[in-house]
Amino acid sequence: MGNNLEINNLSLIFSTGLLMIAIFIDYKQKLGLGNEIFIAGLRAVIQLFIIGYVLSYIFQLDNVLVTLAMVLFIVFNAAYNAHKRSEGIPDSFKISIFSLGTGTAITLGLLVFTGAIEWVPSQIVPITGMIASNAMVAMGLTYRALNQKFQDQRQQVLEKLALGANEKQASMSIIRESVKTGMTPSIDSTKTVGLVSLPGMMSGLIFAGVEPTEAIRYQIVVMFMLIAVTSISSVIASFLAYKRFYNDQKQLIQ
Amino acid sequence: MDTPIISLKQISFKIAQEMILEDITFDIQKGEVLTITGPSGSGKSTLLKLIGSLFSPTEGTIVYKGKELKKIDPEIYRKEVSYFFQNASLFDQTVKDNLVFPYFIRDKVADERYIKSYLEKVKIPESYYNKPVAELSGGEKQRVALVRNLLFQPEVLLLDEVTSSLDANNKAIIHSVLSDLNKEKQVTIVKITHDETELADSTRLLHIVNGRLEENDGK
Repeated sequence: MGNNLEINNLSLIFSTGLLMIAIFIDYKQKLGLGNEIFIAGLRAVIQLFIIGYVLSYIFQLDNVLVTLAMVLFIVFNAAYNAHKRSEGIPDSFKISIFSLGTGTAITLGLLVFTGAIEWVPSQIVPITGMIASNAMVAMGLTYRALNQKFQDQRQQVLEKLALGANEKQASMSIIRESVKTGMTPSIDSTKTVGLVSLPGMMSGLIFAGVEPTEAIRYQIVVMFMLIAVTSISSVIASFLAYKRFYNDQKQLIQ
Repeated sequence: MDTPIISLKQISFKIAQEMILEDITFDIQKGEVLTITGPSGSGKSTLLKLIGSLFSPTEGTIVYKGKELKKIDPEIYRKEVSYFFQNASLFDQTVKDNLVFPYFIRDKVADERYIKSYLEKVKIPESYYNKPVAELSGGEKQRVALVRNLLFQPEVLLLDEVTSSLDANNKAIIHSVLSDLNKEKQVTIVKITHDETELADSTRLLHIVNGRLEENDGK
């Protein structure tokens, strides 16, 4: 297949015209987002150029340790971002790094073990990125749900404690609902895949000239791996986080 | 008198910088019906929650059967000293979900016949067992919640205005069950109430004003 996959500098410069449209709308509608759009665009260009060169270098190097370091870097960043969305749950960075790390390790391990992907940087790095970013979103949603539900269902939790329940028994329904909240986006996108959108992985392969019938095989693996990682990370995160809503006397923290 | 079942020693409770309760000291004797009275906002409910171990005092100690509360596993303590809320809410889906919960937390298989016989005592028909909680009236919910607290008989019951929002019929049913528990099973009752009949039932009254114990009539 002879797809032309190169975007020359001129085309790239013209594409900034698309950004100008957004800035024009902002100016006309007085949205006050002009600076933010400009900075976001600039950041995207700089970040992507840097990562482009870094990835090229890593792919050429093809070194196991460097690839592993890149995986750890992605997991660390995703965990840090998930932690920032925890709205003050104590130890949320430790919880995030453990949940995300475990979820990524299990999913990535299974993919490599079953031969779905190979341990080469050009496959491991993008797949880790997909896994970690989905786990990050799932954990952010799980944290938010935990915070919200411990607030909304405070009375019920107190009643369960008053009956002599331990923290886990008193929190079980909240844990379940929070894990569900974390997993919902990946289940929903799995349900509508192909009907609403052609996801990134599949689109990328089709762009690169791979037959759609072949590209969907990768997409199937990706969808299943995302369900796996979001469920593993959300479950571990909620089971580690719920205890932070209690003190050592098994009382709900005010 | 015998050793008290619960002793409060110089209890204070603060939220942020606000003093809610200050220097409260009194004993609770086994089998008594102690009523805490006082204007609203005086700290009665907080005091009851401290005794129920739902909060811990900022200062002072609570002693249960001669042992400091801090050193007792709260799960075990709360099964023996059971706090019952003013407007108890039923959780999950059905009446059954609520009534098997006390068995679940004790790792026991629910005894359906016993549960249904207890429901009968509070005038809830057996057929309500599988009913969704959303279909129950306020009085019915409160009676089911009471059964939930009593399936495993506690040593001490802490009652926070439990009948204040109920009609006369519901009040009478709950009052009679609680009174039997106290008289026949020597369950100690500590309650907050403004209800005349329930006040008359008390063996002792404590009055709290602005977070301080004002008088102890020693009745």
